[in-house]
Amino acid sequence: MSELAANPAGSRRLEREAAKRRRHRRGQAIAALSSIVVIGGLITWILTSPGWPEVRELFFNWGVFEESFPEVLEGFWLDVKTFMIVEAVVLVAALALAVLRTSRGPAFFPLRLLTTVYVDLFRGIPTVLLVYLVGFGIPALRLSGLPTDPVVLGGIALGLSYSAYVTEVYRAGIRSVHRSQRDAALAVGLTEAQAMRHVILPQAIRRVIAPLLNDFVALQKDVALISIIGPQEAFRIAQIIQGETFNYTPLIAAALLYLAVTVPLARVVERMGGPEGAVR
Amino acid sequence: MSAIAPGDLVLEVRGVTKAFGEREVLRGIDLTIHEHEAVALIGASGSGKSTLLRCIDLLEEIDDGDVFLDGEVITDPAVAPVEVRRRLGLVFQAYNLFPHMTALENVILGERRAHGASRAEAEERGRALLARFGLAGREGDRPDNLSGGQQQRIAIARAFAGRPRALLLDEVTSALDPELVGEVLAAVRDLKREGMTMVIATHEMSFAREVADQVAFLHEGRILEQGPPTQVLESPRQNETRRFLGRLLEAGRA
Repeated sequence: MSELAANPAGSRRLEREAAKRRRHRRGQAIAALSSIVVIGGLITWILTSPGWPEVRELFFNWGVFEESFPEVLEGFWLDVKTFMIVEAVVLVAALALAVLRTSRGPAFFPLRLLTTVYVDLFRGIPTVLLVYLVGFGIPALRLSGLPTDPVVLGGIALGLSYSAYVTEVYRAGIRSVHRSQRDAALAVGLTEAQAMRHVILPQAIRRVIAPLLNDFVALQKDVALISIIGPQEAFRIAQIIQGETFNYTPLIAAALLYLAVTVPLARVVERMGGPEGAVR
Repeated sequence: MSAIAPGDLVLEVRGVTKAFGEREVLRGIDLTIHEHEAVALIGASGSGKSTLLRCIDLLEEIDDGDVFLDGEVITDPAVAPVEVRRRLGLVFQAYNLFPHMTALENVILGERRAHGASRAEAEERGRALLARFGLAGREGDRPDNLSGGQQQRIAIARAFAGRPRALLLDEVTSALDPELVGEVLAAVRDLKREGMTMVIATHEMSFAREVADQVAFLHEGRILEQGPPTQVLESPRQNETRRFLGRLLEAGRA
């Protein structure tokens, strides 16, 4: 009691703030120390392994890296272009499919059924397999008018696969909007379609931005799958150089290029999925 | 409080029944609402008040009976519900404002998309409506940033914006903190003074007494008793009505 009285209101606060700062500093010191121990330990463990000199020569060869990087980078542009086009198509197509899948009314029944079958089918087949089937199956039909360019075919396969995933992401968003919102939209005189367009979709899309971006990151990586039917994208080129030089460094170069895109994308995903982004 | 004398028949509910699965919620409702008249629906939770309002606004499909709006049957399957809803206004218990829109956008959405008003036209009227319900300066606010009372007044403005023939109010004060009830009731009172035709489902007996021309007591999907507020609320004829009012009195709500 006497101690409290002797302490003016402000000094208790100062005391607490000082304690908080001390705790914070101690936390930082512990984090730094444990990082050094863990990461340093891992590095030492690898660097002192019996095979390390060989691995360094085969995977981290600076000379090979310098030589192969421009070619791999050139191939990577194909990845980026394919990614952007496929992503744009997927975003639009999947939205249309999701709206169809959640539409009401008996007239939409066949469309609902078709979209359900589509999603089940293309979500259930491994993407690699789809790239093979589309890439070799469609040209084998020898129908005129169908694309034969392996990049286009690979893009179609990726689009088919990812549209199925993204349809479900959108659908989850649409279903998460409470039905009272639809009621309110209808009550002000909107049609079902207008209610979807002006009231439900804007809320649904906001809620699924983080999972959508997550699928962006996955697609950006999976573009490498089109290499199995021929296109010379980054992974393919890296493989070719590796075959010629018997050195794996070009693959590391390709990996770094993928990371250069996926890591920033992942940070964006985190930011949008944060406490603020999630609700609005 | 009947400043304006009742006029022509606006709404007529005839023998309406509605069941959700096995549960019969409405078991033959007859009700008439004249122009400039306010009819209060009272009764316990689950007595069918909300369902009746939703059936009138065609948000629920009735099983039997008919509803007429201005002498025209609206519950016929051949009638487009959208056209009917554009002639009615419904205010929900939980406001149901559009959270991704500002107060003004909420109010003008129907004007613009359902009634084909231009943006400028709708906005001008929307601002005037918000001001009228004491929300001047709040046009750009999202519902999240407003109190329950403010949100419900926006919802009333939104329902009123479509120039409805009748307003259906579904327990518009039940979700509010007690100190916010007054401002919403004042808005409804104001509409009544102007002669708005209204069906008001409510738990506020004193408000029903003040504003309503007719009070209808719903019990288990039937209207057990109907008449002027003084009669139904002060000298009810039915035992169920007495019991219901007694329970409210005990809870301090009458």
